[in-house]
Amino acid sequence: MHRPDLIDELRRIVGLRGVVADPHALMTYDADGCVLDTGNPVVVVLPTTTEQVSAVVRLAARAGLPLVPRGAGTGLTGGATAMSGGIMISSARMDKILEVDVRNGRVLCQPGVINYELSQYLKPYGFQFAPDPSSQKACTVGGNIANNSGGPHCLKYGITASHVYGVEMVLADGTVMWSGDGSPAPPGYDLTGVITGSEGTFGMVTAAWLKLTRLPEAVRVVLALFPDIAGASSTVSQVIASGLLPAALEIMDRLAIKAVNEMYRLGLPEQAGAALLIEVDGVEDGLDELLHDVTAICWRNGALDVRPARTQAEQNQVWAARKNAFGAMGRLAPTYYLVDTVVPRTRLPYTMEQVGKISRTFDLPIANVFHAGDGNLHPIILFDRRNRSQNQRALEAASGVLQVSIEQGGVISGEHGIGVEKRDYMTLLFSTEDLAAMAGLHQSFDPHDLFNPGKIFPKGRGCGELAALRRSGLRGEVA
Amino acid sequence: MSTSDDQPAIPLIPFSDKDRPSSDIINTCVHCGLCLSSCPTYRETGLEMASPRGRIYLMKAVDEGRIGLESAVFQEQMSMCLNCRACEAVCPSGVQYGAILEASRAQIEQARQASLSPSLTPPPALPARPLWQRALRGIVFRGLFNDMRLFRTFSASMALYQQSGVQWLARRSGALRLLGLAETETMLPSLSGRATVPMGQIYPAEGPQRYSVALLTGCIMSTAFSHVHAATIRVLQKNGCEVILPPDQGCCGALNTHGGDLDGGRELARRNIAAFSGLGVDAIIVNAAGCGSTMKEYAHLLHDDPEWHERAVAFVSKVKDVHEFLAGIELNTRDLRPLKLSVTYQEPCHLAHAQRITAQPRSLLQAIPGLELREMAESSLCCGSAGIYNITQPEMASALGTRKVSNALSTGARIIATANPGCALQLVGELRRRGEDVQVHYIVELLDAAYIQES
Repeated sequence: MHRPDLIDELRRIVGLRGVVADPHALMTYDADGCVLDTGNPVVVVLPTTTEQVSAVVRLAARAGLPLVPRGAGTGLTGGATAMSGGIMISSARMDKILEVDVRNGRVLCQPGVINYELSQYLKPYGFQFAPDPSSQKACTVGGNIANNSGGPHCLKYGITASHVYGVEMVLADGTVMWSGDGSPAPPGYDLTGVITGSEGTFGMVTAAWLKLTRLPEAVRVVLALFPDIAGASSTVSQVIASGLLPAALEIMDRLAIKAVNEMYRLGLPEQAGAALLIEVDGVEDGLDELLHDVTAICWRNGALDVRPARTQAEQNQVWAARKNAFGAMGRLAPTYYLVDTVVPRTRLPYTMEQVGKISRTFDLPIANVFHAGDGNLHPIILFDRRNRSQNQRALEAASGVLQVSIEQGGVISGEHGIGVEKRDYMTLLFSTEDLAAMAGLHQSFDPHDLFNPGKIFPKGRGCGELAALRRSGLRGEVA
Repeated sequence: MSTSDDQPAIPLIPFSDKDRPSSDIINTCVHCGLCLSSCPTYRETGLEMASPRGRIYLMKAVDEGRIGLESAVFQEQMSMCLNCRACEAVCPSGVQYGAILEASRAQIEQARQASLSPSLTPPPALPARPLWQRALRGIVFRGLFNDMRLFRTFSASMALYQQSGVQWLARRSGALRLLGLAETETMLPSLSGRATVPMGQIYPAEGPQRYSVALLTGCIMSTAFSHVHAATIRVLQKNGCEVILPPDQGCCGALNTHGGDLDGGRELARRNIAAFSGLGVDAIIVNAAGCGSTMKEYAHLLHDDPEWHERAVAFVSKVKDVHEFLAGIELNTRDLRPLKLSVTYQEPCHLAHAQRITAQPRSLLQAIPGLELREMAESSLCCGSAGIYNITQPEMASALGTRKVSNALSTGARIIATANPGCALQLVGELRRRGEDVQVHYIVELLDAAYIQES
């Protein structure tokens, strides 16, 4: 299909203003929150209804064009970047909260609803949507579902997959399906579980029943300062080992503190090598005892100071600093590469030491701000993209972090997904058999590889090839 | 697929050196996208290029020579931005968005003027604005706002238009619609012909004098909103302030700097700095959010001017928004009488985002006994007024005005409080269109009303 015809057809489906076709306008869609890999879609379309999405998908299938779903484009692995051209479907105009069903503890919404605004909307009902990625002020629930996103409070409340009861999805032939009836544990295969975290490669989610989580009666926040990151990480693994369960355990290192200290008026001292943000929540009774037990562990691990956030405003300030830390990296360098890996909590101190070594080896600063309670690291490699050597070293440093994490018994993604950024590292973690099984699953949803191609599966080993390999019995192909 | 590469090779028009948007600021943006949800035009359209991140990406593309100033998308987006700076307030990396936006607009204007220059080797230029637009910009930026006497005369003639029955005739006859001025005309403030003329008047403090302050009278505030000045002066007097209205002051230059006429803005800045110098006052008080934020940025505007920069820094250190000032001193609550009113607060962008003043206006409203403050949704999302935005982008302005007034009305409050002339006009215009009898007032007017009952 010729491009002008394609654009005309799309305009007929979503209206004149729902189609972006100007090359200069399309430039602004060439990356998501990760600017290392860029690619331009042929056209961007902004539907408002499931029916429109279905019509767009049928058109793409007819034209043989790839489809790339995009939420707010805050992802950090290139998951919403059009690596092979095609049609980008933005959920920006599918931003309606359709039904709050308090009696069944669930809310129905479109994928473009902003995570934070959903929780704000639910507040008067006494509920929240618990997954709270750091980008929650801008990111969408559709993106959260695609990436099975986490967030600071997932330590206690669980990641997105624990909060999705069912999704409506448009498949590659335009069919609209529901993964369940929106009840917590429907019979049959757990399609909701399979779709959550599929990074837009199975289809486009057009609505979802999400779980309501009651707002805690009380919340306490303290910031414990340590001379170095080792003390902070040891504290975290001891807190968990002793059976205590705070709502969040977050670490920021010296560089990260430097980035946010001024803007968020934290007034943290220079000598602090690490700050551990601790939040406990629940019923008022017993909360102070829990906090006391946690802070006792901080002191035993050489804390310099433990500062409580006394008012709601102070708590908001501390959390704003933590959640905006990655966005604040522009104060330190023009580009960052945020690596998202997980290691067993007991391996945190050693792994962080290795990250420090990698920083020195490649001569690039690395800031750390991470979900310590989950063992989920976020080393942020700082560089200038316009400098070719720095660019190369940043990629090598990231690769180093991934290798170390795997050596320590960890995995290559905590919550940001694989996208383009980490697809080639999949072979470090998964055997060909593993990948072929995943490819087989993918094929059953999207047999012609229309949805978000070039993601998750290693380059040159597209899921088509892997699936074919699986059908032919993996003859002699063992990784 | 056709890309910009396929288009015939016309030379790109790059940023020129004068008032070039800073590459350093542009590259402080790490593309994280946390600004998106705060941006009114992104919220209305859902379009990436209509978001702060997208606009910075476009500036970066011009900065790096991938596209030029002739790009229709670039020009459209630089114009569609409200310059409300909500993005700046939420940006974790502290990108100074207003500065690069205003510089980008200046670049477009310079490129338009370059085609008029008689140079033998002309720099690459954009087609000049049509004659009528040039004439209008000349009259508005360099005429009306440059000379307050002229501005007051213009204002008085508009008052005559409203009171003589010509307005009635114009509205009834459909002539405004024919001229395409119907929307713009509803925005015209109701004018009395009265004006606050700064001539060095000194209003003494009531009771013992605690502070000496000077007041910026400005352009539209001194005519259409001269009653707000009167209220401001009385409230300051009640709070132990001697209030001086220095002569020779003029418009703050906000419309010039926001519209890409940085040199025009600089001229007005120098004039005001001179007019307010040597008074020995504790503060220079501004009661319009847009003027306050512009004046607080005089030092940046004049950073390349060795003769004036230092004076600008000294001037800026004295500039205080009236709410900021009143909340920072011990407020006279003794003389405040109860006002049984339900009020919702519409935050002017240049107060909430550009000056980061959000708590003080609310604390002043809550200081009035009996006044019930009802928070509206999206209180700090731009109302769509944004200086001359109503005229340059009427459609977006009207969409945002509708959104704002709907949010305000759903609180059930009978009064919308604000602190900026543009917002006040936008709200009144939209309420009038809907036939709602909800009133719009400045916060200082409400304070004044609470004080005045006593006398």
